[in-house]
Amino acid sequence: MEILAACVIAVLVACGVYLVLRARTFTVVLGLSLLSYAVNLFLFFSGRLTTGAPPLAASPATTADPLPQALVLTAIVIGFGMTAFVVILALRARGELGNDHVDGREDKP
Amino acid sequence: MSHWIILPLLLPLAAGMLNLLLTRTGTNAQRMVSFVMACVLLAIAALLLSRVAAGHIDVYELGDWPAPFGIVLVLDRLSALMLALTALLALPILAHACLGDDRRGRDFHVFFPLQLLGINGAFLTGDLFNLFVFFEILLIVSYCLALHGHGPDRTRNALRYVVLNLIGSSLFLIALGVVYGICGTLNMADLGLKIASLSQDQVPLLQAASLLLLTVFGLKAAILPLFLWLPGLYAAVLPSVAALFAIMTKVGVYAILRVQSLIFTVHGPVDHGAALLLPLALITLGAASLCVLGSTGLRQLLAWLVVVSVGTLLAGIGLWSPDGISASLYYLPHTTLVTAGLFLLADHIANQRGAAEDQFKPGPPMSRPDLLGTLFLLGAMAAAGLPPLSGFVGKVLLLHAAGPAHAVSIWTVVLGGSLLGIVALGRCGSTLFWKTDGVPLSGATVSWVRVAPAAGLILAAVALAAMADPVTAYTKAAAEQLLARHEYIEAVLGGGNP
Repeated sequence: MEILAACVIAVLVACGVYLVLRARTFTVVLGLSLLSYAVNLFLFFSGRLTTGAPPLAASPATTADPLPQALVLTAIVIGFGMTAFVVILALRARGELGNDHVDGREDKP
Repeated sequence: MSHWIILPLLLPLAAGMLNLLLTRTGTNAQRMVSFVMACVLLAIAALLLSRVAAGHIDVYELGDWPAPFGIVLVLDRLSALMLALTALLALPILAHACLGDDRRGRDFHVFFPLQLLGINGAFLTGDLFNLFVFFEILLIVSYCLALHGHGPDRTRNALRYVVLNLIGSSLFLIALGVVYGICGTLNMADLGLKIASLSQDQVPLLQAASLLLLTVFGLKAAILPLFLWLPGLYAAVLPSVAALFAIMTKVGVYAILRVQSLIFTVHGPVDHGAALLLPLALITLGAASLCVLGSTGLRQLLAWLVVVSVGTLLAGIGLWSPDGISASLYYLPHTTLVTAGLFLLADHIANQRGAAEDQFKPGPPMSRPDLLGTLFLLGAMAAAGLPPLSGFVGKVLLLHAAGPAHAVSIWTVVLGGSLLGIVALGRCGSTLFWKTDGVPLSGATVSWVRVAPAAGLILAAVALAAMADPVTAYTKAAAEQLLARHEYIEAVLGGGNP
């Protein structure tokens, strides 16, 4: 289970990093979204993978840690807001600079 | 438990929301609200400074949940100093913005208080995840402020800044996940305790997390090789926004200082970050000094000076001695206030020169070269570190703190950097003020009143030099408090204050 979770995060991060390094704003935004998915999963898993365990520390057996869920909720909300902002900014850059290159100017042929 | 601590957060939040409601009423009402907020904030910061000056650490438990379960705000000497600096910086910048910058776009007076909220929150919080949240608050407001006033140049630079910081936020969260997964807590004082009882196989993972955190804070503070976003952005945004951003890199420096002195200490098991700081700082300082010499405009030059100051600050901090940190804490208010003042002055200079703006090429002569020139001379002397102003005092303290072990590297880089700074600022001043052609522009007016905010900030260098004795006594005490980290941990985990 841990191996599978680690692989999912690794693939997401790899795709995210590849896309973020592209030169067009659209792929960069996609890459940022993939990165934030990976980060959210990672944060979620930092409380360890448990199934069917109660979320309270008082019970004697294994417990599910509730704090990472609270953390990841905050991270999701913030990531969502930031992604919305960067989408609008990318649109405005397309309008003002006349192209969707991250540097604001096309490569010379 | 005193409720004063949370006021630096509640007050800007309330002012920002009130200004949002006043959008339709017009800018004048919003200006009034912002001014009242900035003045009260300054008074509160002064009060908080006097509360902790004796060495007492104030802890505020939100919702009365005891640490480490609840979120705490912690006010020690360092936090109080940073709060006071922010409030001191905000007032003149607001005054300058009201000369016209605030009308160049929408909602300046909504974003300005919220920016102060994010900055104050980062200085006050005692919880690592809460630090992330306040970083995001100050970042998203800074995106809006960076874009204030429009312009393709602004959009181009802001896009890079936003994308870089979003990647930085992802790294921050990964580091937090690792830290939480190992230690089971994100309260900074609790982390400071738990770091001592790690098993051997956990140390490398936490080393990685500490270096990730250093990377994130280094991106905010603009240390090499993460500083390339800064000069373009600071030169492109409105001058009053650039002046406010002078404190943003210091938030990164503060975060490095706080986390590395409390959790990942240089003598503890997780020490890579703290040990790396000095070489990184010196490389940043050296590279930025060369870039200062190569700038083509005044605002670009000032932006590189911001990076130079970050290198100088981290060099002092990287010594991890009371003298080194104390020197940095004295240099920090000096460099923030003077750089902000010079950014505001650059606005007046650019307005007087018409199409030549702040570029280093001949332009029309200014209508008041005496006034602007004197202020520029004072600001340049302070920024370059010439006696008798505060930059000189700060650099002497730093060189004195270096000691025989680091004398060769620090003396060489700091003094070499200062020399390059003097050459660059001298060339800049002579080009802007003496190489003129044509007749003065008729439209551009400048008077004592309009220049007053910039003058106030630059004259802070004189005040800091005159008050060097009490200020260094305070920064020395703050540095010793930081290095005696058990005081902080006991204050937070001891159930707060009665």
